[in-house]
Amino acid sequence: MQKALAIDAGKCTGCKQCELACSFEHEGIFNVVRSRIRVFIFEEEARFVPYTCTQCDQAWCMQVCPVGAITSDPMSGVKSVNAATCVGCKVCTIACPFGTINYNAGSGKVEKCDLCGGDPACARECPTDAITFIDAGLAGYAKMQDWAARTDTAPQAAS
Amino acid sequence: MHHVIIGTGPAGVSAAETLRRLNPGSKITMIGGEGEVPYSRMAIPYVLDGGIKEQGTHLRQDKGHYERLDIEVLAGPVTRIDAQHKLVELLGGSAVNYDKLLIAAGASPVKPPVPGLDLPGVHHCWTLGDMRVIEELAQSGEDVVLMGAGFIGSIILEALKKRGVNLTVVELGDRMVPRMLDETAGGLLKQWCIGHGVDVLTDTGIDRVEPDGERLSVHLTSGASLSARLLVVAAGVKPNTGFLTGSGIKVGRGIVVDAHQQTSLPDIYAAGDIVESHDISTGEVSVMAIQPVVVDHARVAATNMAGFKARYEGALAMNVLDTLGLITTSFGLWHGTGSGEQAMSLDAENYKYLRLEFDGDHLVGAQSLGLPEHVGVLRGLIQSRIDLGPWKQRLMANPHQLAAAYVACTNGVC
Repeated sequence: MQKALAIDAGKCTGCKQCELACSFEHEGIFNVVRSRIRVFIFEEEARFVPYTCTQCDQAWCMQVCPVGAITSDPMSGVKSVNAATCVGCKVCTIACPFGTINYNAGSGKVEKCDLCGGDPACARECPTDAITFIDAGLAGYAKMQDWAARTDTAPQAAS
Repeated sequence: MHHVIIGTGPAGVSAAETLRRLNPGSKITMIGGEGEVPYSRMAIPYVLDGGIKEQGTHLRQDKGHYERLDIEVLAGPVTRIDAQHKLVELLGGSAVNYDKLLIAAGASPVKPPVPGLDLPGVHHCWTLGDMRVIEELAQSGEDVVLMGAGFIGSIILEALKKRGVNLTVVELGDRMVPRMLDETAGGLLKQWCIGHGVDVLTDTGIDRVEPDGERLSVHLTSGASLSARLLVVAAGVKPNTGFLTGSGIKVGRGIVVDAHQQTSLPDIYAAGDIVESHDISTGEVSVMAIQPVVVDHARVAATNMAGFKARYEGALAMNVLDTLGLITTSFGLWHGTGSGEQAMSLDAENYKYLRLEFDGDHLVGAQSLGLPEHVGVLRGLIQSRIDLGPWKQRLMANPHQLAAAYVACTNGVC
């Protein structure tokens, strides 16, 4: 069973624990700038929206990579970057319509959410269950997948 | 079912893999034109700058990839297509029969009509063969001239500079990357390059090149001349449609295809830099030789070849460039519609620039300079034709809120 991050923005308080946890998990430092999940804060509407890669089926980042540095795990569906193969060309950063794969000038590579290998730190540290890690079918990604479909210029075959 | 693919670049390889996935029992043959293993041209600059080894350009790094997928890779090039007998002829006279054919033969660099461009010491930077020559000639401390500061030129610029050569770039346009960046961004990029030790001459052409012993004398339209060991020509590319003459396949700016990537002849499809696409921003047809378009073509063509239905809805122009650490991007109608509204933010001192172009309630084009985070949302905002609602005014006031605008509009915060 594939699992996915389920984000219930209504429960988010904007505490940014997820950003700190992500940064620490991947970079070994607490620095929200280095997080692969970001909480968008809409003050006028008093809304907080945690936002990261949905591991979408279209996987533009993976399709477009000129050197095959991004692969999809057949079991988990996670799209991850092989840093040794990535040349840092950044084509994936413009091809992903969600803006959730970004270039790190320090490493010269791109980076994205990799679900922490199956135990995502953001979900683990979220104090209000705004981010949970559950069966993909229940995760309510339908909304973002709908946006993915609207951007898709080359829909997949109905196989 | 025998699928034959002409071309072993990203379009050919993506198509072959898609075909294998959708038609597990079919025979698949790819025919290369350069006698190399399948590779990605886009990776060549990263070999030149020392970031990767030549093997890092190979399309698919795992050993035995094509054997494992039972994809045969033949050396071409293909010299002729005989659609009536459903076969392609290879240099040397052998022929390969096909049931379905994909033409993904790519593009070649343009050599402008400037006297002296056939001299030794003048090279394109397009193939692995070119790359090996440039690795030889562009040694640290050598004088090198680069003709063209377009998209490809600017990528090569960075690679050459990182090799430590004395580099002069000569560009006919009034700024760098004139087909991707406006005066402000192109001007800032030029200033940045000059600040990083590259001599950039805009509004300047090369009049003629003359031999000077082992070196070259490069005469400019300004009247000045430069002495160089190597002249690299990056003056654009054109589709490799020459071998299609007499085949009956309709060619406009590139191969003409329908929404299924099928050419004017049955059972023959086309993908990649050799094909013209419908530009969803302008409504016009042009060859959009960019990786995202190429892989979409390949996926659609292969899906239809495999007997499933897929349509290509058109291409969005998008580019990203990293020039000595300054990242620029452009999307869609980055130069605006002429009648729409515009939002702009410029911090020239810190090399930061963002320009958004609107048409009514929609974002239709954008450019960024020095702003690497979340740039992909520009594609999302433009291509999904998101109704911006109140976010249009917010973006007009502060264009840097574009990621917030995308997240808000796709999560009901508007």
